[in-house]
Amino acid sequence: MRFKADLLFSTIHIMKKAGLIALAIFVFGYAYSQSSVRKIPSVNVKTLDGRTVNTSGISNGGKPIIISFWATWCKPCIRELDAIADVYEDWVEETGVQLIAVSIDDTRNTAKVAPFINGKGWEYKTLLDPNGDFKRALGVNMVPHTFLVNGKKEIVWQHTTYADGDEDVLYELLVKVAKGESIK
Amino acid sequence: MNSRIPLTFLLVLFLLPSIKLYSQSILPQGFIPGEVHGNFQSDLQYYNSDTSIGAPEVPEKVLMRGFANINYTLGNFSAGLRYESYLATLQGFDSRYDGNAIPYRYATYQNEKLNVTVGSFYEQFGNGLIFRSYEQWGLGYDNAMDGIRLKYEPLKGVYLKGVIGKLRKFMGSGPGVVRGLDLEFSLADMFDSLFNKTNIIIGGGMISKYQSDQNSTYNLPENVAAFAGRLNIISGKFNIGAEYAYKINDPSAANSYIYKDGESFLFTASYSTKGLGILLTAKRVDNMDFRSDRAAAGSELNINYIPAITKVHTYSLAAYYPYATQPLGEMGLQGDIIYKIKKGSPLGGKYGTSILVNYSTVFGIKRTAVNDTTAIGESGTLGYKSNFFDIGDTKYFEDLNINISRKFSKKFKAAVSFMYFEYNKDVIQGFGNQYGTIYGNVAVADLTFKLKPKNTIRVELQNLYTKQDDGSWGMMLVEYTIAPHWFVAAFDEYNYGNKKSNKRFHYFTAQVGYKNKGNTFTLGYGRQRAGIFCVGGVCRNVPASNGVTLAITSSF
Repeated sequence: MRFKADLLFSTIHIMKKAGLIALAIFVFGYAYSQSSVRKIPSVNVKTLDGRTVNTSGISNGGKPIIISFWATWCKPCIRELDAIADVYEDWVEETGVQLIAVSIDDTRNTAKVAPFINGKGWEYKTLLDPNGDFKRALGVNMVPHTFLVNGKKEIVWQHTTYADGDEDVLYELLVKVAKGESIK
Repeated sequence: MNSRIPLTFLLVLFLLPSIKLYSQSILPQGFIPGEVHGNFQSDLQYYNSDTSIGAPEVPEKVLMRGFANINYTLGNFSAGLRYESYLATLQGFDSRYDGNAIPYRYATYQNEKLNVTVGSFYEQFGNGLIFRSYEQWGLGYDNAMDGIRLKYEPLKGVYLKGVIGKLRKFMGSGPGVVRGLDLEFSLADMFDSLFNKTNIIIGGGMISKYQSDQNSTYNLPENVAAFAGRLNIISGKFNIGAEYAYKINDPSAANSYIYKDGESFLFTASYSTKGLGILLTAKRVDNMDFRSDRAAAGSELNINYIPAITKVHTYSLAAYYPYATQPLGEMGLQGDIIYKIKKGSPLGGKYGTSILVNYSTVFGIKRTAVNDTTAIGESGTLGYKSNFFDIGDTKYFEDLNINISRKFSKKFKAAVSFMYFEYNKDVIQGFGNQYGTIYGNVAVADLTFKLKPKNTIRVELQNLYTKQDDGSWGMMLVEYTIAPHWFVAAFDEYNYGNKKSNKRFHYFTAQVGYKNKGNTFTLGYGRQRAGIFCVGGVCRNVPASNGVTLAITSSF
């Protein structure tokens, strides 16, 4: 009993710390995020022709969307986008998907994004997020980070980093999502 | 009491999966209006002392740095915070972070035209030449603004930003107040029908900082303003951009208290069409170190950001000597060609071949004395004179590199890279006159063998050849991945060319990682060499270490 009382006392004491309150919010936030529908957040990003667009307006006419965060200096990102580029035509034909490559390059490399995308021959729609607003709104720690969005514009799946073959897993999920199946 | 926090932290971490199940049973969907999301990261290291490579004894044995972001969104309203914990921070990061705090918290209201943020925020004007607040967790860099930001779009295509606040310094903020305005016009957004093929973006901004003058030697300006104007023309395959920035005299520790004004110019031009991209970049920087505390040193309290115009290398030996912008003065040029040899052509092969060529060179600026009696850069004077087009005599950096990558079959991909570089270590790392310039070559082969659809072996072979500094290095990496969850990797960096034969060490590391959806766990063991590590082009010095590392990241 002595041990329990000590534990209770010290727990109350620690709870006074702001850190623990944050921790409590974190745990609650984590728990809550696992059980709710997630929409694409609303922040401003730029297109390659310099127009400002709001991400809440991202739409693919009821078809699925892949949002892939990448950077020109990120080798695994480029491997992933290269691998998808090989099969992208088939994916579009079968599922109507649109891949949106969101570059998190800062101003050191934003001017490189358009020549890079074109030079690679990628057919993706590209958005620039040099201030990291979209990245922060989606909780992206590092790139590559890929989100799968269903026809109702709900984020239904995500994965980080890239290993060869990850694109096959994404494809399996994409086919289900395109049919309107749940992948939870 | 502090010692209990990391324990609780870890406990919570391992309980997360069960909480997830629990929440699904007790919290019905839509129980609370709005959405809660965020992310989490923790980097933990157990240190062995390894005096041979210069890894010191760490009294705490285990060090940890971690954070969690929580963002809440409800309609037009959002709010969030970041809890950060450094107990104590890892070797190679600034110990002034040590402790626990919530240094980042904000609330935002936004509608179609207006966005108001109170609290912490990240923002930049144009390319950042006069203002950019941002963070790089991997580098321990964070100069978030704490104050108020207003973004307003009075007409379609017209963007107004106003900021006022203090820049973050470790767990607190710097003394100076930073305030500014930026206005941008995007003609394609304003006049859709007139500019449907060509977009012209015109922008301009102003930043002013205030810090009281308590210096007994000099009469220092308390308000320092900087201005920038920019123009960007995008038409079909062409994209041309330029930005010029000017800063009023700002004597500071960084520029040795000279009263010279500063300026900076950045120019980019690109042409790109399917299969080919060409980019040219030019830059001049003169006395543009701009901080919210004139006594600040290191990477503290930078108000502006001057991008380095050199390639960001990611192969470890190609990144061994990374360039860092010299805000006190530099002139540079960079060229990029990105070309894809078509698939099905004799040279391109079945899947096509990608070629990246990059060249960059950076020199100092030419400085001449302001008069016969004043030495160049003398404190309390105008410092020096420098003509806009005059290149200095000292070469800071040069890099010519080519990367060729090709998929040969469904089972085999290969990439090879070659690089020639010159790296003025004294200037770039601020050593005065000790090391001189390092000349070297790097060769890299990166081979990927797909054994089964989801099982892949990747091998990297790297060699850095140089006669200067620590001499030549070899590196080999073998990585085995089982998509979508597992990876194991082992790599060795070997300083075989060190002039001192007793310093020819192997730096061997083994790693295993697991990832699932937004979560990754990486466990590693081995030696890490001392060096400069960069993320997205910003760098920090890391001391040698030996031990166990655990990195956990989660996005939810």
